[in-house]
Order: sequence, then structure tokens, then C-alpha cells
Amino acid sequence: MKRGVSVTVNGKRHERDVDVRSSLADFLREDLDLTGTHLGCEHGVCGACTVLLEGEPVRACLMLAAQADGHEVRTIEGLASSEDALHPLQEAFWAKHGLQCGYCTPGIIMSAAAFLAEKPAPTDGEIREMLSGHLCRCTGYHFIVEAIREAARAMAAKRTKA
Amino acid sequence: MKPAPFDYVVAEDAADAVAALGRYGDEAKVLAGGQSLLPMLALRLARPAALVDINRCGELGGLAESGGTLTVGALARQRDLERWARTRSPLFQEVLASVAHAPIRNRGTVVGNLVHADPASELPALLLCLDGVVRAKGPKGERLIPAEKLYVAPLATSLEPAELAIEVRFTLPPDGAGWGFAEVARRHGDFALVGCVTALTLDGGGLVSHARLGFFGVGGTPVRSAAGEALLLGREPTEARRVEAVRAAAAALSPDGDLHATAAYRKKVAAVLAERMLGAAVGRCRKTR
Amino acid sequence: MGAKLFGASVRRKEDPRFLRGEGRYVDDIKLPGMLHAAFVRSPYAHARILSVKTEAARRLPGVAHVFAFADLERWMKPLPLFGAIPPGLAARVAVTMKQVPQLAMGRDRVRFVGEIVAMVLADSRALAEDGCELVEVEYEALPVVTDMVTGGESGAHVIHPEWGDNVAVFFQTGFGDADGAFARADVTVRERFDIQRYVGMPIETRGVVAQWDTRDGSLTAWNSTQVVHFVQQGLVAALGLAPHKIRVIAPDVGGGFGTKANGYPEDLLIPAAAIAARRPVKWAEDRREHMMSAAHARHQAHDIEIAARRDGTMLAVRDRIWLDLGAYNSWGIVLPYNTVAHLLGPHRVPNLRVECRGVVTNKTPNAPYRGAGRPETVFAMDRIVDCLARALHMDPAELRRRNYLSEADMPYEIDLPYRDGNRLVYDSGDFKAGLEAALEAVGYDALRREQAELRGKGVYRGIGLSGYVEGTAIGPYEGATVRLDAAGHAVVATGACSQGQGHETSFAQIAADILGVPLDWVTVVGGDTAAIPFGIGTFASRSAVNAGSSIHVAAGRVRDKIAEAAGALLEAAPADIEIADGTVSVRGAPATSIPLGRVIQAAIPTFAKPGVASPDFEATVYHHQPTVTYTSAVHVAHVEVDPGTGSVKLLRYLVAHDCGKLINPVIVEGQIHGGVAQGVGGGLLEEMAYDEQGQLLTGTFMDYLVPTAMELPPIETVHLEYPSPRNPLGIKGIGEGGAISPPAAIANAVEDALAPFNVRVTRTPLGPSVVVGLVEAAKTT
Repeated sequence: MKRGVSVTVNGKRHERDVDVRSSLADFLREDLDLTGTHLGCEHGVCGACTVLLEGEPVRACLMLAAQADGHEVRTIEGLASSEDALHPLQEAFWAKHGLQCGYCTPGIIMSAAAFLAEKPAPTDGEIREMLSGHLCRCTGYHFIVEAIREAARAMAAKRTKA
Repeated sequence: MKPAPFDYVVAEDAADAVAALGRYGDEAKVLAGGQSLLPMLALRLARPAALVDINRCGELGGLAESGGTLTVGALARQRDLERWARTRSPLFQEVLASVAHAPIRNRGTVVGNLVHADPASELPALLLCLDGVVRAKGPKGERLIPAEKLYVAPLATSLEPAELAIEVRFTLPPDGAGWGFAEVARRHGDFALVGCVTALTLDGGGLVSHARLGFFGVGGTPVRSAAGEALLLGREPTEARRVEAVRAAAAALSPDGDLHATAAYRKKVAAVLAERMLGAAVGRCRKTR
Repeated sequence: MGAKLFGASVRRKEDPRFLRGEGRYVDDIKLPGMLHAAFVRSPYAHARILSVKTEAARRLPGVAHVFAFADLERWMKPLPLFGAIPPGLAARVAVTMKQVPQLAMGRDRVRFVGEIVAMVLADSRALAEDGCELVEVEYEALPVVTDMVTGGESGAHVIHPEWGDNVAVFFQTGFGDADGAFARADVTVRERFDIQRYVGMPIETRGVVAQWDTRDGSLTAWNSTQVVHFVQQGLVAALGLAPHKIRVIAPDVGGGFGTKANGYPEDLLIPAAAIAARRPVKWAEDRREHMMSAAHARHQAHDIEIAARRDGTMLAVRDRIWLDLGAYNSWGIVLPYNTVAHLLGPHRVPNLRVECRGVVTNKTPNAPYRGAGRPETVFAMDRIVDCLARALHMDPAELRRRNYLSEADMPYEIDLPYRDGNRLVYDSGDFKAGLEAALEAVGYDALRREQAELRGKGVYRGIGLSGYVEGTAIGPYEGATVRLDAAGHAVVATGACSQGQGHETSFAQIAADILGVPLDWVTVVGGDTAAIPFGIGTFASRSAVNAGSSIHVAAGRVRDKIAEAAGALLEAAPADIEIADGTVSVRGAPATSIPLGRVIQAAIPTFAKPGVASPDFEATVYHHQPTVTYTSAVHVAHVEVDPGTGSVKLLRYLVAHDCGKLINPVIVEGQIHGGVAQGVGGGLLEEMAYDEQGQLLTGTFMDYLVPTAMELPPIETVHLEYPSPRNPLGIKGIGEGGAISPPAAIANAVEDALAPFNVRVTRTPLGPSVVVGLVEAAKTT
């Protein structure tokens, strides 16, 4: 069964016919070629597929593409403000060695972006609680926590300057 | 892990949803947040002929507190409840912090979680302890289902196949009530191995005027211990009294064992948590006049 | 040449694409006309296949092909086997070993839940799964073997009839006179320890995309593997194609940990399907499949005893060891012998007797996973050492202090061969210094005082130690080609494959320093059989040493060639040529300075002249690494245990380690952190559980519990440096070390915390139910 949807992804509107069985993750990856959103489990636990739906983190594997009709989605590809710039989270992860294989990274960064918008000065404990919704098998989370802490600091500094 | 094929129906309002459910006999499932349903579809553990999506049913939204009752509409997300709880209920706040993780709570609905009826879930036990009632709409009209009649078996409620749970009501603990909530989970946000919810109110003389003691992860459904509560009512909640109440409550539990915990563990630790949480509840009480 | 990049924590060259979501993993690859594969997998642990009917599946709209064994029979060569016994080992240890190769698809029998029985190709993965449900397989159930101890005894049902029993590997070995030492000892302690089945579980599952070019009869396979050359060799054997017609590429790989360094049916089945279907085929493993068909690991039992003098001096160890190998013995001597070779670790023990059995059972076959036998053996040894400490009323740190080897003992020979058949000689390190460094950094004495104080208040904290010595960087080689282009930029091609270890950066650091060019002038290409003809792959903590050494030597040769050409161009002796930051000059004459690209170009012949030198700025080196080099570490776990609920909270975790010189310190720390996290998972959370019918009970991430950031503290690291004398860079492997000690350190810490309850910890994972069970059991003993 197919259904027509209109979804805005990273600021651009897309109209497509989707298989009702397709998840939002499938739609992003297959229909829109946005493969930065990764599938790690397809049952909502690993967090690798996390994207922002109207600014809030959700599991793209636990939403049907059909349900995204009329909604706004932001993926990792739409996080940086331009081709040349990186979002402060991306800069911080790079500086702090917050990634190894990179597979869990987009989901974590999208969650962290929403998290820092709500909690601009988090404690390490709050960072770890947010991170507990994401599985990483490479890093032990140590440098990820440092990266998010650093991003929070950099974003606060930018706001003070502005 | 892709779902088996299904029809997909977007309901315009509650009546439309009920009609759609009716068309498929008992082969249709309601899709609200989908956070419990979609994994089961992906694993092909559930193979409904149709999903009835209620996310466009505007009248099912909302969360309202009035006169000691909290009414939660079918489309209220767990995070909406979380935001309400931040300033209105430390008990709800504590419970919700243990429900999965933020991205799940952003989509998952309160009512959806409640009627999914996972015995290791936190919210059903809270509903039971707070004299919860589900308002259901079916082909024959509406009815109210009290929490103690709602949970029948793991993942099964007394809702009929063509019935839609449109809202849920919690009776908030009285002013000055103490509360306790604790669970043992292997990781933060996991389903509990076992957990306990308590609420206590003391009257002007320091005697218990209202008591609730509930458990989850202790069998096929959440359990409320009438026996335990009876031993607390009308008395001073001393340590000895609390131990006695917990002993009576635990004696009535017959949990299951599984991969993560033995039955003996669940029974034993239910009691440990109950003792600790009754103590916490007493500590949080303010004597009412 | 100044070593300015070597040793620096430069940020990684590969990160921008990952950060932007522009990594390219196997499932990101899309080819025109591509079909999607799904597999029918056995729901039985042991059964005869009576019939496979594919008609109904073939008729489903959207299904293009359905293959059972007979449909692909011409390609069904047995999967590769590993772990042959090297001559040096066979000469010293009498090993009885049986290996029967696995076929890519069950033909008349299946031996574990998840074994492949048929394959469906369809327009989408969802349709392929629909098709799988329509394949009708008739099975006749057979008796199931699930216990490694009883399964290895006579009378058990035999899984491979031609073997006569289920013992795939058996040997006894040792040195000295262990029985005599036990007879003379003041104290002996004996215990049985059980280490559970747990696995690598990378966040990216496996996957293969295969494309058959009918035009030139060549195959390209993208495979989320750690071992592109092994996969290529398997395809050469099965498909009957020449190696240059088969290209295997590991694109970006989302974690490997050994799970992807195995020979799998899908490596062959997907290319075969692409040839049969004459269309590209993609298989993206899903998580449920991964749990039942990607290699399992660990799962050992040790009946171990230790003998000592009253003053704590260790005299002898005896150990009977069982390994549960799963249904096939694909890895031969590797896991059993690794276990034995690493048992004694940093301890001086003059007498040893071991008996080791690898037993097949009706479970998913095992392959080496980060540590590969070492975590299990260290668990047994560190646990029995703590039990000995308790028997002697001695602090476990002091007992280790009295028995750990130190630098003065190096080189230290253990009278056993290593797994590669060479003598087992610890080449460098100071294990006692590592112990002291760990104890000091964690503040051991203060923690002991705090423990006593808190015990009085009913708060139970414990400190656990574990130390290991690890043979890393097994050879015999990993080659590299270093080649310059016209601008003087370098490509470094190697058989190593990265799954997150940062090869694109750390290997570039080595080459850039030697060549004298900026870091971003060096591009590392790994994981592609077209880039270098011979290779082994990335596992066993081997790539930095093996590939790094080859890169080091090859870059040196290219630098010499640059110096030759520059000398000819600048009319100076090659020895006087300096290269720095991509600029070439004559020493002491800065005015001569020219860009490296000019030197390259001057070597290219024109019609007018031949070129100042040959424009061959390329070198290929296969550095020979005959045996391993030894790292060591001591781990300290600090826990708080709630005896009422059994919850274990990991308060602190510290690692004091030696891995020789560090190419990129932050990458090294990242490797340690990741290993520790996996070890913590093994100690507290992770388990692949089966029931008595061989049904896998662990099917999703709700049951297989990977640690999150809330179950882990910040991981503290202390670096010691004892350079390796066994390779030109002085480095050692570090990929696995972090995963070796955590289960032992945590188990020791939990037992220490619950000492007032007289608990004895004999198994992992230490979930709350297990801990409460231990407290209850201790009440009745």
C-alpha cells in the first residue's frame, strides 16, 4: 500500500509516494539519499537513527514515513549552517576525539543539539543521562561527554559575544 | 527487520478511528506514538491487518489538571506529562525519568504506554496506585474502566478490539502526601526487573489516612497491595508497621523468573524497595490539619 | 627527520565525513537494478533438513529469485578454516584437533539456530522477508547439545558424526612439576569459574553488496569486514576466478571488534547470488539476524587451583579449561591456545599444568572477539589470586606485588610456545611498576580507609585489581605501498582495514614525518584488495605494528628516492638533502629551497631530456613480524554494591598500561576506553543466553545489554612506556587491551565489597539477580 506524503527535510520540501511499511529512516535513506541517519537495530534502542522532528529528537526507525506527512525533519546533513562550516557540536566532537567508527555519531549529535538547546549548561551527569539513550560500542563515551561539554562551552561563549 | 504488510488508515477523529477498528474485526491496531507497537511490527511479533493512525484526531490531545484529577488525552506524549510534572508532581517526574529515554518519550503517548500493558512498565503501576480510570470509546458508546479492571495479563487489557482508549484520569495524591518510587533496572531507562510506587498521607494526629502501595515487574500485571495498605491505614507508620505491611504485600506476590531475574529475586527485592519507599514516603509527608 | 607528528594527538583526518553524515557504509551503497537479499534461517538448533520448497516464495510479486542449496551448488565450496597449528607449537604440544568446514548454506543438516537454509532476492528488503516466510522447510529435529562440559564427555550426542565426539580441540601442556609443587605447598585454593557467552556487537551490523560485471567477468564486493584479503581468497576458491577479477572493498565500517574478522556464509552467498541473478545484490544484516548469526565469543569454564607458600609466593597453577565453541570449530587452535598462553600473565609462577578442551555445541559458532581468550583466562587467574589472598589474609595488592615480574626480569621466557609457534618470551615491560602506578593513581590506601569507614555505615564499596600481559600484533606481515603523485602528495596503501581505529590519521602521521610533508598531503587507503595484492587485515591489535612498520620502511625508501632526485636536480649529495613541510632544500643553503612537486616533475622524462632520476617515487614493503610484542596493564575497579537490590555501581575505573611508544595518544586512549566499556559490559550486563533446546533467548537490544554512558564512569588512564624491541617504531598493539581485565577487576571488586557477607564470585555477568543470589547462597554455606 502506498501513500502520498509531503515532508520538509533540512528546510527543503519533498513530495513522494511512500510504501506504508517504510519507516521515516527508510524514507530518508532510500528515497532522499540522506544516508547519514543510520540503522543499528530497528527497534528503537540504539539511537543511531535519531533525527529532529520539529526540533525534538525522535527515533526515525519508530516512525512510519507516512506519519511524517506535513512535518519538519532535520537530519545530520542539515545541522551545519553551510558546506564549509561545522556546527559547534561537530567541531567539538572532532577536537575531542568523540567518535571512532562514526556509526552512532549522527544520532548522538542530533540528540545533543536538541539537548543543549534546552539545557545550555548541563552537568556531566545530565550529559550522561541524555547519552544513555544512545549505544556506542567504540568510545566508552568518555570523549563524547567531553565533546558535548566543550560544545556547550563554545556555544555559550558565542552567545556572550553576540 | 521490516514489518509484514498492513493497511494504513488515518482517522480524522475518535469516531472515525473506532469505525475503522470495527471494520477489521480484531485485526487492527491503534497507532498513536508507536514506540511500543512499531518494534513489535518490525520483529513480526505483531502482524495486524491494519494500523489506525489517530495522530490527526485533534480532540484527543491535551492534559488538564482540575480538582485533584489529572486528565490525559490519548495524544498527550510522555514528554508533555514530564513537562507538567516538573512543577506539579515530583512523583510523576521521578516515574517518567525512568521511562525509556527522551526520544522515545517525545513520541510515545501516556495512554499508549498504559494500554500496552507491559508488566514491567512503570506507568500502569502508577495508574493503579492513583485510582486511575480509562475512558474508552467503542461502537456501543463510551465506558469508564477503572485501573484494577484494566490489566488482565501481560500485554493484554480488558479493552475490546474495536475500543479506543481516548483519555485516562489519575487521582492526584492529596496535598501534603508523601510518595516513593523506586525500581531496579539493569540499565537506566530499561524495563524494570521490579519496582514499587507508594503514596501516604498523614492526618493531624500523624496517623495514616491514605495509603497506596503498588508494584510492577512482579507478574503478569501491576499489583496493588490492599493487604499492605490496610495494615498501614489508621496507624502511625512506624518502621515496625511498615515492615509488617511490606511482609503482607510481598507474601501475596508471585512473580515470574526470566533471563534477567529469578522469581525469588523479584519477590525479595519488591519487599526491599517497598520498605525503603515507605520510609521515603513518610519522610516526605506533611501532616495535614 | 624530526618526529613531530609521531606522538602527537592530532585530530583525525577521517572525521569530517563522519560528522557530516557523509560516511559510506555498506548499506549506503546503492547500485542500479540492485536486488535485496534476506535469508531463511533455521529455527532449530539441530535438525535434518528433509525438504526445502521455494515455489510459493518465487510466486510472490516483487521476489526475483529464491535459492536453496541445490540452486547454488556449483559455488558451494566449504568456508575457510583458520587456526591451523603452527609447526613450532605442534612440536611441543600434542594437540588433538578436528575441524569440519561449514557450508555456506545448510544442505542436509543445520547445527545452530540462525544457520542459513535458503536465500530470497526481491525488490526490497521487506518483500524479501515476506518471501522468506513463504519458503517451506521440513525439518526433523535432532538431539541438542548445549552444555560444554557434559557435551564433551562420552555418551553425549555427537554433532559432527565423523568426529566420534564433540571435542574439537584437546591438549595438555605445562612446565615444571606442578603436582609436586602442590604437594609441598603451604596453601592451595581451588575454584570453578564460569565466564558467559558475550560478543562484539558493533553498532553497524554486517553487510555485503556484490556486483558482477558481465562485460569483463569481474566481481566487486563491498563487505563490512575486517579482512578483505581473506574474503577475496575465499571467493577465489569458491568462484574459480583469478584474484585480479575479484575486488573486495571494506568501505567505512561501523565497528568490528573481531566479529567482522571471520569467514561468513554471506561473504560467498551474496556474490554468488549476484552472478546467478546477473544483477547487483545487497544484504544488510538486521539486528535480530546479527544476534543469531554473527560470531559469538567468550564462554569458558575454568576449574583452577593455585599453590603458594605462606608468604604468598606462588608455586604452581593447575587449570582445567573448557571452551564452548558453538557448532563449528572454524578457529582451530586460536582461542584454546590463546587462553593457555595468557593464563599466568604478569605473575611469576614456576610450575604449570593445564588441560584444555574446546567443545562444539549447537550454538552460533565462535570467533575471536577483542581479547580472544585473554579476558576469560585473566578472569580465572585474577579470581583465584584474590581467593588465595583471602585464604592468606593478605591484601590482594600485596599478594600481586610479591609475585609480579618487573623490568629486571626482562626478557622473561615462559616455557611454552606462543600461539604462532615461536618461543613465548616477554620482551619488555615492568608489571610491578604498572601495579604500583595503578595503585598510586587510584589512591588505593585512601580507598581502603574509606571502605572500612563506610562499611560501618552499611555502605559496601569494594576495590578490585586485575593485571594482564598480552601478546599483541601477531604477524607475519601487513604490507604497505607508499607512492607519490606529481605534486608530491602521497598515497599509502595497506592491507590493514579500519573500523574506527583512525588508520587514516595515525598511519599518515608515520608517513608524513618520514617523507617530510604536511599531514594532509598523505592519504591512507586500506581495506581494498585492488590497492595491495597481499594482506591479512585488522584484528589482534596488529595493524599499527605490522602496517606501521611497513609504512615506516616504505616511506623511508621513498624519501631516499626523493633525496636522490633532489640531489641530482640541486647538484648536492643526497645525504645533504632536507625535506620539511613539502619543501626540499640543501642543508645549510636555504636559498636552494624548492617545492617537492618540482623535484618530482624534474624526474619525468621530456622529449628534450631523460629526467634527473627515474620518476619512481614508490616503494612496497612487507615488513616481517615473526612474533608478537608484549603489552601489559593493571586495571582497578571501584564499586559500590547494594546487597538489598544487588545493584552494582561502578564508581571509578582506572587503567595503568604499557603499549610502547604512542603514535597518537588520544587515539590510544580512545581504544582503551572502548575496550574497557566492552569489558564492563561483560562483567555486569552482557550475555548471549540459550535454553536447553538451543533456542537463543537473547534476541534484541532489550535483552543483550550494551553498557550506556550511565553504567560507565570516566575512564582514567596512566601511560607507562616500555618501547618494543621487536619493530622499528617501538610500538605495541592496543586495540584489545582495555577489554581484557574489566570482568576480573569488577568481580574482584564486588567480592571485596561483599566480604562481610562471605560471598564468593564465580561467574559473570554480575547482574542484580545474580548478586542477590550470591548473598543468599552465602547465608546457607
